[in-house]
Amino acid sequence: MSLCVRQPGLLSLLQDRGRFGQHHLGLTTGGPMDLEAFLLCQRLLGNDPNCTLIECSFGGLELDVETDTLLCVTGAEAPLLINGQPRDLWTSHRVQGGDRVQLGHAEHGCRNYIGVVDGFAVSPQFGSTATVLREGLGGLRGEKLAPGDVLPCRPDTQRRRLQLPATERPHYGAQLTVRVVPGYQQAHFPRLQQRRFYSSPWTVSQRADRMGYRLEGPPIKGDITGIVSEGICLGAIQIPADGQPIVLLNDRQTIGGYPKLGAALSVDAARMSQLRPGATVHFAAISPHAAHNVLHLQHWRMRHIPLQSPPEE
Amino acid sequence: MQLKHAGENAVLISFAEENAAAPPGPREAAQVRAAAEAARAALQEDLIDLVPSYASLLVIYDALRTDHFSVVHRLQALQGTIEAATAGGGGREIELPVYYSPETGADLERLAREADLTVAEVITLHCATQYTVYAIGFAPGFAYLGHVDSRIAAPRLTTPRQRVPRGAVAIADRQTAVYPAVSPGGWNLIGNCPQRLFDPHQDPPMPVAVGDSVRFVAIDRQRFIELGGELA
Repeated sequence: MSLCVRQPGLLSLLQDRGRFGQHHLGLTTGGPMDLEAFLLCQRLLGNDPNCTLIECSFGGLELDVETDTLLCVTGAEAPLLINGQPRDLWTSHRVQGGDRVQLGHAEHGCRNYIGVVDGFAVSPQFGSTATVLREGLGGLRGEKLAPGDVLPCRPDTQRRRLQLPATERPHYGAQLTVRVVPGYQQAHFPRLQQRRFYSSPWTVSQRADRMGYRLEGPPIKGDITGIVSEGICLGAIQIPADGQPIVLLNDRQTIGGYPKLGAALSVDAARMSQLRPGATVHFAAISPHAAHNVLHLQHWRMRHIPLQSPPEE
Repeated sequence: MQLKHAGENAVLISFAEENAAAPPGPREAAQVRAAAEAARAALQEDLIDLVPSYASLLVIYDALRTDHFSVVHRLQALQGTIEAATAGGGGREIELPVYYSPETGADLERLAREADLTVAEVITLHCATQYTVYAIGFAPGFAYLGHVDSRIAAPRLTTPRQRVPRGAVAIADRQTAVYPAVSPGGWNLIGNCPQRLFDPHQDPPMPVAVGDSVRFVAIDRQRFIELGGELA
């Protein structure tokens, strides 16, 4: 009663919502980079939002199904084949023992979420199954998926198939405006430098991974280059001495000593994680109250968008 | 104590003096420790995570359950509690055994030579200070302790080592630490501690928390092996 990994692709990781309440031990959160695609995958399967799914970055995943269940893929616009037949993303599909699932390379976006009914049954560490490679925690052995890995899951023939209407599916382009709640260290950046930050186009560099996205553009200079190390939240925008911003994401270290301009909204950090090197980012400042409105609207939407019954297969 | 915006669901409680001449010391560490306890009690289910560090506590809250105003209001009200708790001291005192030797501390002899001290003097100085745990980070269970006697302070290696063994006791500038697991690292190695500093199968997984104090006790090779120490 499992799925078996034939090919893991470049980077496939088991993830639940993330590892919370452990920062005091130096443990980061991990969890899905694109929370929106992750949570919608759970809804399309009728799952609890904390079930364990696969996050596949840059495609290339192949699975052998050994159990009857529903399977759903959300996220990047990558071709999905079940037994060689093209299948829709954002749709749950009935699969059975002997089926083969192939996820190709994405044309837009770079991360997919692959789930089954009630997720994969792996033991949590520090309250979570989220895989963090740097810490060697979560997943099967604290490692990325490898050929031959067996992902246990329960059989199901009861759950209803569901589909996200095409009009509601996100489109992952090569440009994004990231909204930022300015932080108190902004005062260390002169007005002109702040203007430069908010008015320049930034390019996603090759150094963009689960720890953070490093951007390239006109250097931003503050009047300090280091601070006494302090806690770092999701989306924090660090400006190291070279003036090239780093947006810190799920696998960030929990403390750091670079000055920060503020923090990206979680909703936009999630969208950003679908960008690939070469994509363009703009930043826009918003107030904390406006940020909370965005957050509430987004989460309400994720919980309540009407799902439809997909055509018979 | 000042409250500062850090992000959509994060507030930083800072105990740093503006334009302070000295780095944060044991007083700030005690404030941070007291603030962590008070914030946990005040926010309860609204709290997601706390990150204590040198002179600050990052409070990460559930913005779908509460909002910035409510969190700031509740944290502001803790000032008296934190001050009272800080005055009471509080942190635990922990002793950690260390086998100081060239075979467990590859940089011990060089550090002594560059400091113009004997190896025995370096060991004595390292054991003489009661250190404060200022922060935990970099890697799971990695505790930053300060401040080492300025006579044995030493800059980080220009080229970090690919592999520092578990338990390695090390110095970087005026900080000292025990590597909780095998990892790359650029600190100067002076010995090894046989006691596990991070064990996912223990509760609690770490013997120390931010605000505790630590004293190192020199042990010999035989005792090191008896306590489960491993020689590389």
